[in-house]
Amino acid sequence: MIRVENLHRHFGAFRAVDGASLEIAKGSITGLVGPNGAGKTTLFNVIAGALEPTSGTVIMDGEDITGLPPHELFHKGLLRTFQIAHEFSSMTCRENLMMVPGGQSGERLWNTWVGRKRIAEEERALAAKADEVLEFLTISHLADHPAGAISGGQKKLLELGRTMMVDAKIVFLDEVGAGVNRTLLNTIADTIVRLNAERGYTFCVIEHDMDFIGRICDPVIVMAEGKKLAEGTLDEIKANEAVIEAYLGTGLKNKEALA
Amino acid sequence: MDFLNALVALSNFVLIPAVAYGSQLALGALGVTLIYGILRFSNFAHGDTMAFGTMTVILFTWLFQSWGISLGPLPTALLAIPFGIAATAVLVLATDRVVYRFYRAQKAKPVVFVIVSIGVMFIYNGLTRFVLGADDQRFADGERFIINVREFRELTGLSEGLGIKTTQGITVITAVIVVAVLFWFLNSTRTGKSMRAYSDNEDLALLSGINPERVVMVTWLIVAALITVAGTLYGLDKSYKPFTYFQLLLPIFASAIVGGLGSPLGAIAGGFVIAFSEVGITYAWKKVLGYLLPESLEPSGLVQLLATEYKFAVSFIILVAVLLFRPTGLFRGKSV
Ligand SMILES: Nc1ncnc2c1ncn2[C@@H]1O[C@H](COP(=O)(O)OP(=O)(O)OP(=O)(O)O)[C@@H](O)[C@H]1O
Ligand SMILES: [Mg+2]
Repeated sequence: MIRVENLHRHFGAFRAVDGASLEIAKGSITGLVGPNGAGKTTLFNVIAGALEPTSGTVIMDGEDITGLPPHELFHKGLLRTFQIAHEFSSMTCRENLMMVPGGQSGERLWNTWVGRKRIAEEERALAAKADEVLEFLTISHLADHPAGAISGGQKKLLELGRTMMVDAKIVFLDEVGAGVNRTLLNTIADTIVRLNAERGYTFCVIEHDMDFIGRICDPVIVMAEGKKLAEGTLDEIKANEAVIEAYLGTGLKNKEALA
Repeated sequence: MDFLNALVALSNFVLIPAVAYGSQLALGALGVTLIYGILRFSNFAHGDTMAFGTMTVILFTWLFQSWGISLGPLPTALLAIPFGIAATAVLVLATDRVVYRFYRAQKAKPVVFVIVSIGVMFIYNGLTRFVLGADDQRFADGERFIINVREFRELTGLSEGLGIKTTQGITVITAVIVVAVLFWFLNSTRTGKSMRAYSDNEDLALLSGINPERVVMVTWLIVAALITVAGTLYGLDKSYKPFTYFQLLLPIFASAIVGGLGSPLGAIAGGFVIAFSEVGITYAWKKVLGYLLPESLEPSGLVQLLATEYKFAVSFIILVAVLLFRPTGLFRGKSV
């Protein structure tokens, strides 16, 4: 599905992604773990077109997508969520979701004046879809709230909701679970599994919560210092010396996270 | 009676001119604010784009006049506005394609865009002077007044007269229509919502599949329309002169910043704040006060806070004060 080859992203002299090569198999839910600052988010940013790579290539279904802008990747079915939730703060949650399938016919200036009936139908269908997604995420009571004024956890749900508005091929989730309560975390895990099974989404999931990773991800890729360190099931990884070393090297907190 | 006279004098010399001027500034400031919100830079070429738009309107007006086409009591320029908008749209879109797009692709910093827009300003500046010269041009025709001072006096028996110029009436009515259409567009159409989304959070808008080039193009089209209308209204009301339009940059930016850069509502409020301050501070209040105060207190001087030559200082002082004390402006735009 996605193949990353010898990808580099440097910030000045600092190599945030330093020759990462990895593969995400079609139909998998691949976990991406690693100590803080390992370069996971930067890797996502480069794959999803938010950052230009310093060098290296990203291949999607055999096609070179390196450096394509995010809106083009969107139309190829590549979506991502942000570690720090983003939202259109002046719009309601429903409107936020309704923005998602960019490139609607209403976006052509001409159609604003001519094809009004078709646009109205499209909008109705979108609104219904958005409500369905909000319902699914248990936040339908927030539909008419301005998205800038909902809680951090709720914003994370909205992020996940965005990816459900269209038929994506591959979705990159950057710590969707962080700041979300246990019950909801379980719902999210179920949602991911269901989207994977029923709608054929491929996922790549960054998460620090190993329970969460263990529940839904196979395989799990470990990143450290900008490179892929290991890959395997969670148990294999936990037993891997190099991985333990990488986590230990960055302090006790991370070691506990792995335990 | 004295009170009525004071009221009429106040309306005639302060309120009506300020409302008309405020409407013109508001339209100008809306353009600045949209560009800031979507393209994320302060466009210094704005005043000269306005001069270009007005110039094309004047040329079309002359053409229509030579064909004997007129709108009767209304200025012929109204008929020429759509053509002026089209010409301005071509100019700004071509500029965007040739100049700004290059820097967008480089992901240049806003300050680079500002400098680039100053370069564009000089080019437009030369273009308008080359085509129509640097002199004053009057192009208002049709009926001059809606209410004429002398008739008003005769009708009411007051010693003060009230005059409303046709151009002032047209300015306000046009501005209301344009603003209503703009807000409907931004709030109710898919394209307008994409623009708001893009302005609010660019990264997320891209991720949602919104095409940035399309948003940028629509923005330029709207700006071309706003600025041509603003420039034409100002030119009808006062007169057209490229240098004056360049100078309008200051009150227009002050309006946009006072209201909060990036906030359309703020741009409108800011336009009126600046217009009322400017007109109010440069007006000689002797007459109005003379009607209101008892004879013993009547002022001997003009009671003019600032000579008209210094009117731009008003915008400047308000601008500095806002930047110091409330950099996000009245409507919490983006901080500058
Ligand atoms: N824009 C930037 N400029 C400079 N350095 C950056 C930038 N973005 C990230 N970095 C650096 O790159 C390194 C990797 O950051 P990244 O956000 O990718 O880590 P991460 O693996 O996602 O960590 P976490 O688990 O804490 O989210 C960090 O040391 C960070 O300081
Ligand atoms: Mg991260």
